[in-house]
Formats: sequence, structure tokens, C-alpha cells
Amino acid sequence: MSERRTPAAELRGIEKRFGPVRANRSISLTLARGSIHGLVGENGAGKSTLAQILYGYLRPDAGEIRIGGRPVAFGSPRDAIAAGVGMVHQHFMLVEPMTVLENLMLGREAGLGLAEGRASALATLARLDRGGGTALDPEAKVENLPIGSKQRVEILKALHRGAEILILDEPTAVLTPLEATALFGELRALAEHGKTILLVTHRLREVIEVTDAVTVLRQGEVVAERQTRDTDAAELAELMIGRSPSPPQRRPARLGPLRLEIRELTVRDGAGILRLDRASLAVRGGEIVAIAGVAGNGQSELIESLVGLTAPESGSIRLDDVELIGLTVRERRLRGLGHVAEDRLRLGAVADFSAVENALLGCEQVPQFLRRAANAGALEAAMAAYDVRPAEPERHFARFSGGNQQKLVVARELGRTPALLVAGQPTRGVDVGAAELIHNRLLELRDAGSAILLISADLEEIWLLADRILVLCGGRIAGELTPETADERQLGLLMAGAASA
Amino acid sequence: MSEAGTEFLSILAATLRLATPLVLAALGGLFSERSGVIDIGLEGKMLGSAFAAAAAAAATGSAWMGLLAGVAAAMLLALLHAYAAVSQGGNQVVTGMAINVLVAGLAPVLATAWFHLDGTTPMLPSAARFGALTLPGFASLGVFYRQVISGHNGFVYAAALAVPAAALLLARTRFGLRLRAAGENPQAVETAGVSVSAIRYRALLLTGLLCGLAGAYLSLAAGAGFTRMMTAGRGYLALAALIFGRWRPVPAALACLLFAFADATQARLQGVALPVVGAMPVELVSAIPYVLTLLLLAGFGGAARAPSALGVPYRRDG
Amino acid sequence: MRVGATLLRWAEPLLVPLANIAAALLLSGLVVLAAGADPFAAMAVLLRGSLGDPASLGYTLYYATNFIFTGLAVALPFHAGLFNIGGEGQAYVGGLFASLVCLFLGPVFGWLAVPLAVLAAAAGGALWALGPAWLRVARGSHVVITTIMFNFIASALMTFLIVKVLIAPGQSAPESVPFVESAWMPSLGHLLGPSPLNLSFPLALLLATAVWVFLRRMRAGFELRAVGANPEAARAAGISVARATVLALGLGGALAGLIAVNELMGAQHRLLLEFPAGYGFMGIAVALVGRNHPLGIVLAAIFFGALYQGGTELSFDLPQVTRDLVVVIEGLAILFCGALENLFRRRIATWLGKEART
Repeated sequence: MSERRTPAAELRGIEKRFGPVRANRSISLTLARGSIHGLVGENGAGKSTLAQILYGYLRPDAGEIRIGGRPVAFGSPRDAIAAGVGMVHQHFMLVEPMTVLENLMLGREAGLGLAEGRASALATLARLDRGGGTALDPEAKVENLPIGSKQRVEILKALHRGAEILILDEPTAVLTPLEATALFGELRALAEHGKTILLVTHRLREVIEVTDAVTVLRQGEVVAERQTRDTDAAELAELMIGRSPSPPQRRPARLGPLRLEIRELTVRDGAGILRLDRASLAVRGGEIVAIAGVAGNGQSELIESLVGLTAPESGSIRLDDVELIGLTVRERRLRGLGHVAEDRLRLGAVADFSAVENALLGCEQVPQFLRRAANAGALEAAMAAYDVRPAEPERHFARFSGGNQQKLVVARELGRTPALLVAGQPTRGVDVGAAELIHNRLLELRDAGSAILLISADLEEIWLLADRILVLCGGRIAGELTPETADERQLGLLMAGAASA
Repeated sequence: MSEAGTEFLSILAATLRLATPLVLAALGGLFSERSGVIDIGLEGKMLGSAFAAAAAAAATGSAWMGLLAGVAAAMLLALLHAYAAVSQGGNQVVTGMAINVLVAGLAPVLATAWFHLDGTTPMLPSAARFGALTLPGFASLGVFYRQVISGHNGFVYAAALAVPAAALLLARTRFGLRLRAAGENPQAVETAGVSVSAIRYRALLLTGLLCGLAGAYLSLAAGAGFTRMMTAGRGYLALAALIFGRWRPVPAALACLLFAFADATQARLQGVALPVVGAMPVELVSAIPYVLTLLLLAGFGGAARAPSALGVPYRRDG
Repeated sequence: MRVGATLLRWAEPLLVPLANIAAALLLSGLVVLAAGADPFAAMAVLLRGSLGDPASLGYTLYYATNFIFTGLAVALPFHAGLFNIGGEGQAYVGGLFASLVCLFLGPVFGWLAVPLAVLAAAAGGALWALGPAWLRVARGSHVVITTIMFNFIASALMTFLIVKVLIAPGQSAPESVPFVESAWMPSLGHLLGPSPLNLSFPLALLLATAVWVFLRRMRAGFELRAVGANPEAARAAGISVARATVLALGLGGALAGLIAVNELMGAQHRLLLEFPAGYGFMGIAVALVGRNHPLGIVLAAIFFGALYQGGTELSFDLPQVTRDLVVVIEGLAILFCGALENLFRRRIATWLGKEART
């Protein structure tokens, strides 16, 4: 019976550094066999890093891992798989053009030919695929499956390899609420079968609903461990953030004329799946409208349609009463659209360029012959205003810290005094000081009369900045709140698609 | 048999002969590209193999030694490509280019140094070459069999067999499954616990083997020794055929046959009026395969979907 | 410490290509040894034959002119993220256009034909690059593949035109009628000669400067580089990726086409079969060794020009080594400076004491 008492896995004193950043500081964690354990924390708290260490994808700089009481050292995922640890990634590790069966077989073919591997994979499918809904078709091409099914294939892959410990990294990030519930059922069934599950997430609702125990990470450290039944979402939120969200402290909005009007906007993605479903909203000058919602509910598509990177299927977007659909990105920017990208290194800036070259990106007043001295001077002024360090215009953009990079991007976009600013996750991956400065600048822009559409996964940020909050769920605007009259529970319910306001 | 008929049969026979190095090289390129490594160095591998095969055959008097040397040379070049592209994460196009240029220079230099002729190897006696094989049933199975099917070099039959072999390897074996996965989503392969580097190295060795056969064919069977630039762009033609065949063994082989057919008819088309086009200037016939491939790339005839991870060096983090 | 930092900034971009070239030369030396000759003697021949006297120097610079054009033709699109290996075909078609001007307008316009022909050469090269450009923009086709195809098509097309249409009547050599003298590029062979060195060389230097100014100081060049460095961010900033692609390849093609000015108008004075003769491919080596920087390209072009010129002397002095050795060095240079460039970069960077920037 002592075997049952031995934890499925133990992590002790795990340290991991990426350059100057300590992603994991002396983390210790115990997973009880047959339990579902939650690992929570904000974005950047170190959850994914820890999960990847447990899975063997990364090696810790210090610390010990024990599986079933025995110390192990994983040189690669292969070692982890051999030890019975399986990972279900947030971004699926599936080979899209291949079938379900082929994906299951990969790495576990059992022989030079494929016949044995197929038989074994079919057996696993029959034995373990008991998730709610229709059974998986083994010969279906993965690229044709809905996301929930793809995730099931991922889970089955891990199980097929004999995983006793299953790590799931933000599994509901791409699921609808219905699919999420189905997933939870599957997880509980697996736990009852003796599998151990580590659920890495920042969604407190899930944690409360499905886990037995939970560990809270903040800035790379363990700040608390609880049995789920002994705690609640409020306490966890507080532990995650470190302080209870402060009440909003901004001046009331002085509303100007209607600037942005979106009507019945419908967007389908490349695979034909509906991402925005007749969404409508309006933003006036002098106000900040925030879009809250679990990522994957249409936020990115909304931004891309607004900015001009995606063509919507139908609907209308009017800025200062001019129809934007049909205009190029450049034409929209000329009309006063500003954009702080969600992913600054992908869309917001060119990492290989210097800071001053990045400051020129997307600025229409740039003459044919670039004026180096003038541009450098203008940037120096901006760097001073935004407290960017070090204040060197010629420095490589990639060598600035995340917070300074974001400040540079925000400085550029706000410097054009846009009529409408679309800001996606403006303080993601940014230190507290920089975040505060960016928030202040956004409020200043709003007070100057611009309209701001804020898309954020950070509830605290939304509370600080928003005059109105719209909830996007499943591609539709599920409801509207104001921070003064709403509370987190209402917001959470709207975001989960469980209520309407 | 009518004169036109005999003429046609001899064109068919010529097509098979001309297609052989193309098919072998195209299949070679298939394996490397399906695993995710761009290979425009087919030309260089073929040339290197042709030289090594001719040199070894001239030195030892044995065609089989020549074959061995040719294949070894091509595999060595493939390893170089693998090292630069897979282990060093270098630009795969540039590596292929480098190998082509390097071999184009190295082969004549070594040939001159070793054989004291200007950049060529000595003419090989027929003992040091591969001759035609007569298949059983020669006499009885009809003139088509006699003229077209039988009487070819061993390489031709090897190329013909290589096509279904490659298809089977790709679709029905563990190696093939992992190779295809590596070309589409190397991260998925790595997280499944399989090494992408190992797969790509193996794929490139196979490329070397096949290109080696192609090159050896040129100098030991189709020709009688090595001369400068004797591959004459066949490596690029094979690449075009591979793309035209959408990176699949059988369509690629058919494309090779098509291109070879164009080549075989070229000399005989001079002054002949074709339907629609009129009298096609013979110099332009050599451009036909490329124009066809471009048309395909332009989207006529459906999209050509390359392996998703093609050309992107895969690097493990952490 | 600023001095030290600046020194490091300059040292690394110079040391890395030097290390690569050194590796290429070293291995080439081994090849010479394998061929049974003395590598140092070979090196001496190369140096003497390329720089030893005014005529040789003239030839060196004449070859270098071609390499500057083709090197720029590869480098400029490279800044936009495109690998243009269509230099051969673009040069060929540029030559066609230039030759047509020289042949038909030369007798009429006198010396005015020269600038017109230069423009025609550029136009021809640009035109031949538009095919791959369009395929890339409209169909997403890989530029490497399409430019290779276009090279072969150009070769076939030009063979037909030269052998069947433009050939000088009554002769068997595949060449056109010679151009009238007024359509020749003014020779500089009296300065460094006798050699085919002509006004194209200063033109090439001018264009190298122009390319630098374009990339670093002009908005269109900046946008082109943005597209090459991060096409998604460029799009999000309102830059038209399609326009940048077409511009980059068009300019690249135009630069390649200008070889015709040096070769046909400056040296041969007629249209010949296969006149691009590998200069297009050599341009790849030049661009890689020169790290896609116009100044580096000029230096690399002179280096390769010297190799070319010295190479012609090789087979006279060292019968075991043919001028194919130059091609070997070219191939090794491409290998080290292109595919294996990181081999030395990290070691040099750590040696210089900086954080390795991968």
C-alpha cells in the first residue's frame, strides 16, 4: 500500500534561467497519484517553463525530479516518455496532413513496417477514447478535425505512449465552453483510472471545477499550495496577482463624437470556421472600450479586420464615418488608425532593426530620403518621455528589455495621435513600472479625445482603464458592463458564456 | 512495321534511357525534400558521382568498382549537405548551390591531375562499363517488348523498380512515416521522442545513394567516361520534375518521363509542323519542361503543396 | 570603452568573412596538393597573374565589374528576403535588349545609343525578373525555383535568337554583327592595359554606392529591408509586401542586366552565345562573401576578379592545375560564407569577448 502513498512525481528546488530572467526559482511541487493538480499563475509566472522541464523538453539549471520516488534526469522528451510522463501542448504537436492513426503511431511504430503500429494504435483508440461526443475516425486527416477533437488526439497520443502522468498546458485556451466541459469529464475519468494529471492554466474557474489540489506560482516562485476544496477563486486570484485589484482611479470620460462603428462584422478563418459572428460595437472619442474574453474567441480576428490584415466575410467598419473595409492597411493608418500589436515581436516591430528604424515603421510622414539626425533626435525625445532605457536610438531593438520594447512601440503609435487606437495586450510581458507608464499614456490619449479599443486578457488592466467593458465569447458580443456596476463574477460568467447581461 | 512505327518505338526506348537519371535523381530529391531539407544540389551530387565512378572504373577496370565509388561520392556530398543544413542550420539553398559549384570545379581539377587529360577521364573500355541487358523472352513477346522494354541497361530497370520501392518506403514503413512527419511538423516529431536530425541525415543519405546511381549511369552506361559539366542541367530538370509531380514518387517519375520524351523528340522535331504551334524551333524544345513547371507553379492544374517545413532549419531549444 | 565597443562592431563583420575566405583558400590549397602541385606556387601565380602588371590589373578590374553587378543583383533582393539566382537569365535578356539598341539604333543615334543601351540592358534584366516576381506575389512560388527555371528558358530562347535570328550573315560562329563604334562603351584600356577595362567599372562603383544609399537612406529601401526582416510586421505597418517584392527583384534583375554593358558594349562589341558565362552564379558567391553589403561586394568582386584573371595564368604555369581551381575556390567560398557562416562567427564573437548573437 505504500506504493499508493508514493507521489507520482516530485519536483524539488527547480531552477531555470533564460539569460537574465529567472523563470523558475527554487520550485517544489508534489503530485499525488491519481489526482488532478492545478498549476496556476499569470502569464509569465513560469508555469510553462516548469511543465516543459517535467516533460524533458528543457533541462533545469538546478533541482531534482523524482518519478514514483526514483530520481530521474531527462535529457530529452524521449526520456520523459519512457518514464511515463506525457505532455499535451497548448499548440498541438500534430502533423496536420496525416491521419489520426498515423499521428498516434508516430514514434511508437513497433517495427519497420506499419502494420503492428496501426493495430496497437487502434487498440488504444478503442480502449481509451471515451470522451463525450462522437468517436474519432482513425483514418480522418487531422487537418479536417475540429479543435476539440484534435486535442483528444493529443491526449490519446500521450496515453498511447504509456503516460501515467499527463501534463496539460492551457488546454481550454482554444476550446468552446462545451468542449471544455467534455474535456473535464475525460480528465476525471482518467484520474479515476489512476492517471495523474497536472493542469497548467491561468483560468481559475477550471481549477476550482476539476482539480484536487492547486499550486500557485507568481514571478517564478511558489507562493501557495492548497487543497482545492479548502480554497476558492477569489483567494486564488489574490494569490496569483499578489494584491486585490485596486478600484479604478481615473477621471470620468468626456465623450466626444462617435468615431468607430462596427456593424455585423463576420470573419471566417482559412479553414472556413466562423471566428466573428455578426459582432457590433461602437466607440466614441474620449472613451476606452475594453474587450474582455478568453483568448481565442475572436479577439485577434477583430483586431486584424480593423487594422486591415484580414478581409471580413461581411459587415461594416466605419471610422469617422468612412468605410474601412476595402482600404489597405496604409490607407487606414492615414485616416488615423493606430495599432499596438498583441505580439510586438511578430507584428509590432522588426527585432533586427534599430530603435530609430522601428520608430519609422508605419509612419506616413516619412519622406523619401530619410533624415537620420532628425529621426534620432525625435526618438531621443520620445525615449525621455517614456523613460526608455538605455536611451540609445541606434541600439538594436531586440536588445531592449520587454518593457522598454513595448514602450517604444506605444510611443510610436501614440506619437501619431491616432483618432482610433487599437491596443492588443498592451502590457503583456512588461514589468510593473513600464505597465503603469503605458496605462497613464493611454489615459492621456483618451482624455485628449481619441477613441481607444483595448483588447486584454488582464482583468486588472481592464478595471483600471475601461469606461465600458464588452465581453467577446464565441465570436459574439455576449454583453456589456461598466466597471463601476459590474463585478468579477458577472464578468467571469459572461466570459464563460453562461449568462447574458 | 511501318517506318513511323519503328521511329516511334525508338523514341520510346530513348525516352526510357533519358528518363533514367532523371527518375533516380528526382527520387533522391524526393526523400530529402519530404523530410524538410531543400535540395538543389542534385546536379552536384550527380556530377560528383559521375566523375568518381568514371575515375574508379578507369583506374580499376571494373564497372562495379566504379558504381561503388560513384555512390560513395554522392553520399559523401549528401553528408556535407546534411552537416551544413541540419547540424549547422545553414541556408539549405546556398548549401546546395555551393555543392554544385564545388563539384563543377573539383571534378575537372582532379581529373586533370590524375589522368593528365583536360578535365576528363579516359574513355572507358566496354569491360569497364555497364552494357545492355537482354530480358528473358526476347524473341517471342513482340516487337514492342524487343525494342522498348528489353535491351536496356541495368540502371533503367533499377530506376523503374525504384519508383514503387520509394512509394512503398514512404507510405508503408516506419521510416517513411517519420520522414513525412519531419517534413511537415518537426516539432511534433521531436516531442514524440524521435530525433529530427537523425531522420534528415538518413533521408539525405538516401538522396546520395539515388543521385549516385544517376551519376554512375551517366558515365558508366550512357557515356564512356567523365567530361566537364556532363550532367548538363539534369539535376535541375529532376528538381523541376519533382515539383511538377508535387513531391510524390509516381507523379514525379511520370513527369520525368514526360520531360525525357520532350528531349527524345527534340532532335526529330526539326522542321516538323506540330498542331497548333506550327514549326517549333528546335532550340526552344529544351525549354518546354521548365515552362510546364512554371505553369504548374502559377497555379494551373491545382496548387502544388510543398512539405510545410521545407527549407526551415529545425533547431531544438533549451 | 566606447572605442573598444566601436572597434568590436567593426571587427566582427570583417573578421568573419576573412575567416571564411581563409578556410576556403586553405581547403583549396589542399586540393592543389592532391592534384600534385605546390599550393604556394599556385597562390603566387594567382597573385602575379592578377595584380602583377597593369594589363593584368586591368583585366582583374574588368572581371570585377561583372561581379559587382551580379553581386548587387543577388544582394539587393536578399535584403527583401528573396534569393535571386536568376542572374544568368536576367543578364542574358539584358544583353538582348542592349544589343538590339546597339545594332539598330547605334548607326542612327551615334553616341546617344550608349546611354540608351545601358537603360535597355537594365530594362531587359528587370523584365526577366518580373516573371518570378509575379509568381511569388500572386502564387507564393519559391523564388529560387522560378528563377532557376527562367534561367533555362532564357538560355533556350537566346540560343534560338542568336543562332537563328541575329546571327551575322555568312558565318558559322554564333554571334551577331559587330556593333558600330559609337555604340561601344568608352575604353579605359589605355590607363590599365592593354585590357578590356572600360567605363562600366566606374559605373559599377557608382551603382554600388547608389544601392547603399537606396537601402540605408531611402524610404523605399527601408521598406524593402523591413519586408525582408519581418514581413508580417511590415504588413501591419502598412508596407506593401507585393510592391517591395517586385521592386527588389526588378532592381536586382536590372543590375544583372548591366553585365551586358561591360561584356557586350565594353569588351566584345557584339552579342555572343552564352556571354553571361557563369557570372550570374558567381554573383551569389560575391554577395555572400561581401555579406550583402555594397562595400563588401565591391571588395569581394575584386577578390573574385583577381581569382578569375589569375586563374587564366594557372594552366600555363602549373599544368596539373586547370583554371577550374577558381571554380573550386568559388564553391568553397559559397559554402563557408553562406551555409557554414556560423561555424566561425560564434567562435570569433566569443573570442572578441561579446555575447554571441545567433
